[in-house]
Amino acid sequence: MNNVRLIVSNLRKAFNRRLVFDGVSFTLEKPASIVITGRNGSGKSTLIKILAGVLSTSGGNFFYEVGESKLDSENIYKIIGLVSPYLILYDEFTAFENLHLFSKIRGIKKSNEEIFDLLDQVGLYERRNDLLRTFSSGMKQRMKYASALIHNPTVLLLDEPTSNLDDEGKKFVNKLIQDFKSNKILVVATNEQSDFQFGDSIINLDAYKINSKR
Amino acid sequence: MKKAYYIFHKDFSSELRMRFALNALIMFVVVSLSTILFAIGSEKATENVYAGMMWVVVFFSAMSGLSRTFVSEEERGTNLILSLIAHPVNIFLGKFLFNLVLIFFINTIIAILYLTLFSGFVIQNWYSFILAFVLGNIGIATSSTIIAAIIAKANVKGTLYPVLAFPILLPVILMLIEITKSAMVGESISEVQSEFFVLLSYDVVMLTASLMVFDIIWKD
Amino acid sequence: MKSILRITVFVLITLVLILSIVPPIVETPKNFFEFPLIPGLEDKAKIIFFHVPTAWLTVIAYLIAMLYGIRFLKTKDIYNDMKSVSSAALGIVFCFLATLTGSVWAKFTWGSFWHWDPRETSIFILLLIYGAYFALRSALDNEEKRARLSAIYSILAFLTTPFFIFIMPRLMIGLHPGALEIDPTTGQVKASSNPVIKFEMAENMRVVFFLSLTAFTLLFFWLWNLSYRVLRLKYKLQTEMQES
Repeated sequence: MNNVRLIVSNLRKAFNRRLVFDGVSFTLEKPASIVITGRNGSGKSTLIKILAGVLSTSGGNFFYEVGESKLDSENIYKIIGLVSPYLILYDEFTAFENLHLFSKIRGIKKSNEEIFDLLDQVGLYERRNDLLRTFSSGMKQRMKYASALIHNPTVLLLDEPTSNLDDEGKKFVNKLIQDFKSNKILVVATNEQSDFQFGDSIINLDAYKINSKR
Repeated sequence: MKKAYYIFHKDFSSELRMRFALNALIMFVVVSLSTILFAIGSEKATENVYAGMMWVVVFFSAMSGLSRTFVSEEERGTNLILSLIAHPVNIFLGKFLFNLVLIFFINTIIAILYLTLFSGFVIQNWYSFILAFVLGNIGIATSSTIIAAIIAKANVKGTLYPVLAFPILLPVILMLIEITKSAMVGESISEVQSEFFVLLSYDVVMLTASLMVFDIIWKD
Repeated sequence: MKSILRITVFVLITLVLILSIVPPIVETPKNFFEFPLIPGLEDKAKIIFFHVPTAWLTVIAYLIAMLYGIRFLKTKDIYNDMKSVSSAALGIVFCFLATLTGSVWAKFTWGSFWHWDPRETSIFILLLIYGAYFALRSALDNEEKRARLSAIYSILAFLTTPFFIFIMPRLMIGLHPGALEIDPTTGQVKASSNPVIKFEMAENMRVVFFLSLTAFTLLFFWLWNLSYRVLRLKYKLQTEMQES
């Protein structure tokens, strides 16, 4: 399998004139993991969204390197999986339909059994034919994991990974994280002290509040 | 292309379940056509009036329904998952395909109602009319889709849509009115070939441009 | 040094005002300070010194706004967006002026305020595009998004202009000088035969006309620079206030 690297250099994000962070730099090479922390509003979710390629930056740059070549920003979606409180799935479809659609739109071949298997992993097999709008927030969180894992991502971006989850769900996430840490790239944004152990390194966004542009 | 088709498929089955656009659109067509019927009554209007009225109804029904495909993603917050599973070009093509099917459906209804309800609206050259209908629908769907992508990011969506779309759609509407008039009096296609040329090149130019700029609009 | 542009603009505009209004219009001009009489136009011919530059600047302002919009998309530098929007703001003012001067003149020459001749229609569409551009801007809070989307919109609107240029003469009868019209017998597009349309500008009128064009263009660039600097200052002040 190809070597994958995430290179972030001097990343800056501002909304209008309000600076969120500036000068964030780090490099992750598979296998690696990092925990992003900071006060509320310090830009953890913002950084995760930027790394997922769905939010524009205000300065600096970041890119994924697969093998020797740089990945186009439009193709980041192919190698990453994202779980975030901002992620909302289609609640007019059932759990199975959601995952089936995602695999079709991504253009990856998944048999029904494979999708059932994935649903079983996140503990939603029994509810596979229920509309998502009938799901509790914890079950929706489990669905997000299923949607993030359907394409076997090399990079997993987790924003508040254990929110809304019960003990069983937390166990699943813990196992997943240990798996990813030792094989692939893992980025976790969290405020929970207990989650800090997930990362080989830790980055506190409160330290990146100084505007370098002036 | 296949991926774009599945995005279309998603929107289509979602539309069948939720009816974001369709019910409102059909009611819009019924209401606006009956208003025109009341206004004209049994009087016979000129070709100009009939052709103009028809494409005015088409324009405003496009404005009332074609923005839903992007606005509903934005309002429900599902645009994040969509950008996590698909390339921007495929997203645009999928949405364009959905709007194309929708506008063909609605405009066919409008045309049929028009032909049956207004005795003065008689098409003599069907080839010319149908060709213009097809090319025009493609043009309307293209521009409506890209403008919908823009207004989905704005705060006031409903009123902004026709304001932004009108100057962009005006060339198509004007050409469609001209060709419809000529088809009503039974002129051959060769007499309005320059109008067809404008329609065709409009479709090509706007579709190419939309594909090029869409990812700039789509990314938050 | 900085005031050179300002002084030049002032001198030129004054000169244009005097040279365009003072010279009388006579049937057979004897010296440079008399304009020839054009049948059907008389004193109303002088509108050309003010009307044409405003219409010209409406177009120039749009092009500049679009070019700086494209520049913003490339550089992500918010100052390019400020240049873009200050040009568009002047453009909409000139667009109003061109519409106003044109339609007042049309009332007294062609008989009514509005005729839907190709150029009247074009300026009307430009007014709509400018209006849409600012409506879009006011509906977006995020500066970066606002700059990005309005730049895209200006490009999309610009792309429709070739179609209008092609369509207009076919749909409408031209009244403006140099307008095309359709020959009623052959259906071909040809140069206009209207007497007002065929007039040629006298030598001295042409001098004043180009002087006026230069003066108004310089006026535009001066105002553009001024309003851009105001915007930039406002931006910097707000940034400072926010950070302290």
